[in-house]
Amino acid sequence: MTAVVAEGLRKRFGSTEALRGVDLEVPRSTVLGLLGPNGAGKTTAVRILTTLLEPDGGRAEIDGIDVLADPREARSRIGLTGQYAAVDERLTGFENLEHVGRLFHLGRREARTRATELLERFDLTDAGGRVSGGYSGGMRRRLDIAMSLVGDPSVLFLDEPTTGLDPRSRIAVWETIDELTRSGTTTLLTTQYLDEADRLADQIVVIDHGLVIARGTPADLKAQVGGEQVIVTLADAAELDAAAGALAPHACGEPIADGATRSLRVPVETVVGAVPGFVRALDAAGVPVVDVTTHQVTLDDVFFALTGRPVEPDPGDGPPTGPDTEDSSR
Amino acid sequence: MTTPSPASASTPRTRAPHVAHSPLLLVHDSWVEAIRHLRAMPRSPELLVYAAVQPLMFVILFVYVFGGAIVVPGYDDYRQFLIPGIFAQTVVFNSAFTGVGLAEDLTKGLVDRLRSLPIHQASVLIGRTLSDAVRNVLTFVVMIGVALLVGFRFEGTLPGALAATGLLLAFSYAFSWIQAWVGLSVKTVEAANSGGFIWMFPLTFVSSAFVDPASMPGWLQPVAENNPFTTLTNAARALYNGRDAGSDPWIALAWAVGITVVFAVIASRKFAATSRR
Repeated sequence: MTAVVAEGLRKRFGSTEALRGVDLEVPRSTVLGLLGPNGAGKTTAVRILTTLLEPDGGRAEIDGIDVLADPREARSRIGLTGQYAAVDERLTGFENLEHVGRLFHLGRREARTRATELLERFDLTDAGGRVSGGYSGGMRRRLDIAMSLVGDPSVLFLDEPTTGLDPRSRIAVWETIDELTRSGTTTLLTTQYLDEADRLADQIVVIDHGLVIARGTPADLKAQVGGEQVIVTLADAAELDAAAGALAPHACGEPIADGATRSLRVPVETVVGAVPGFVRALDAAGVPVVDVTTHQVTLDDVFFALTGRPVEPDPGDGPPTGPDTEDSSR
Repeated sequence: MTTPSPASASTPRTRAPHVAHSPLLLVHDSWVEAIRHLRAMPRSPELLVYAAVQPLMFVILFVYVFGGAIVVPGYDDYRQFLIPGIFAQTVVFNSAFTGVGLAEDLTKGLVDRLRSLPIHQASVLIGRTLSDAVRNVLTFVVMIGVALLVGFRFEGTLPGALAATGLLLAFSYAFSWIQAWVGLSVKTVEAANSGGFIWMFPLTFVSSAFVDPASMPGWLQPVAENNPFTTLTNAARALYNGRDAGSDPWIALAWAVGITVVFAVIASRKFAATSRR
């Protein structure tokens, strides 16, 4: 059964078209990663699905319930963790959870039981009696996620759950989400971090400028940009053609030469065991080599391939530079 | 992380009929929201202190600094004239807490969370304004103590004094809804603060709260005389001093009800359409 369906979502803010017809589908007990840069329309989509915003066009369903026709019923089935940890800093962790429970119309006793359970589940039992304004960023985020689970939602929306967190808290939040997924929660997660989507999502939808530009499993998307590569750096850029010729039998596609870095990117089926063959072929052709490295495709590559912005020259360099980077070396 | 509770298994559990539309739930939800703020209130007692310090300053300034120079018709003792005006100004100024608090909830994303819950949307604003009314009662108790200390005497009947107090609190509640609308209309807490306060200065000073409007320049007099805040002050002043208030209490009450209704409607509409950004 499909937990979330969105069809043709459109939303305009003034002259900005935030969403230009977005379709989404999240099968039950899976995690959908909605991936895109700042301003791509991720949050707008989440706001529509969580009844906070009315779309200009399109429709959306949670558990088969139309969010526009019956927002209140839809609200009883969702949990939302927004971009900013929405906890009442004046209240303790326990009180925050109890409060949400009461708003879900659990009885007083049930709300308290639920609060205690969730504090335990999120390792906040010790902090539960303290005012949440004094929590660390990571603790606050955990409390925030716990609050979105009080109503036992059938779909959990996490809008950039790790933005602004330090690396350690980030990993802790990932583990929390892993745990939720294992227990069968359906999750729609937005993120600008490709490693996050890669790690957490079963399916990924990439959006940019309000349009879906790709969708599939992380593996599908990586395959779309040509799989893995061996990168050969030569002593002399003039030898690039000779090297390409010598390596043709080992390649599974057209090599990409870059004169500025004297390097050749050669697509291969797999990088495993490829390097010795490359070295031997280049040696036999008499091409002086400075370096041979391998590159396993990450979602960074996928994203940049899709948005027309270049792959980071150094694989594993992490998240991209600003959106204005216009380097056309690829 | 411990083992997840079985309640969060993949099958959606059967929902209790707690999403039904019912006026009782509006009362419940508003109460739960009011409790949220009331619980927080004793944790920042400084807010209550600030709420009381400002009127205290006005009392000292006007009684001891300007008092000797101000003559008002019908009152031999300026304090008997002034204190009801300060009461009125205090409760109306206190309404600014509503806007600031709402703006805070808004910028912190709490409003988004609340709006995504299966509650009566109106309960967020009702709970907020009701808890601020409670704060106002507390401030009022402090104010009465200060008034008695500086020599103010309740010269009217007890029902009269209670009616005057009720009227002031009703007016403050009405102003809370104006502030709720202000708080929802601005982008930051700071803007809610200044946007909530700035217009209340002329409103309360160009009135009969501190001086007789007849002493103002001719062009300003009609403004002061037709200011609803003047009507409120006159009504409270007459009732506290045991004088004939005429129709002023009723007119002031009508203002309070009118403002509440109008701003409750527009603030609620604003709330329904409000998002974090």
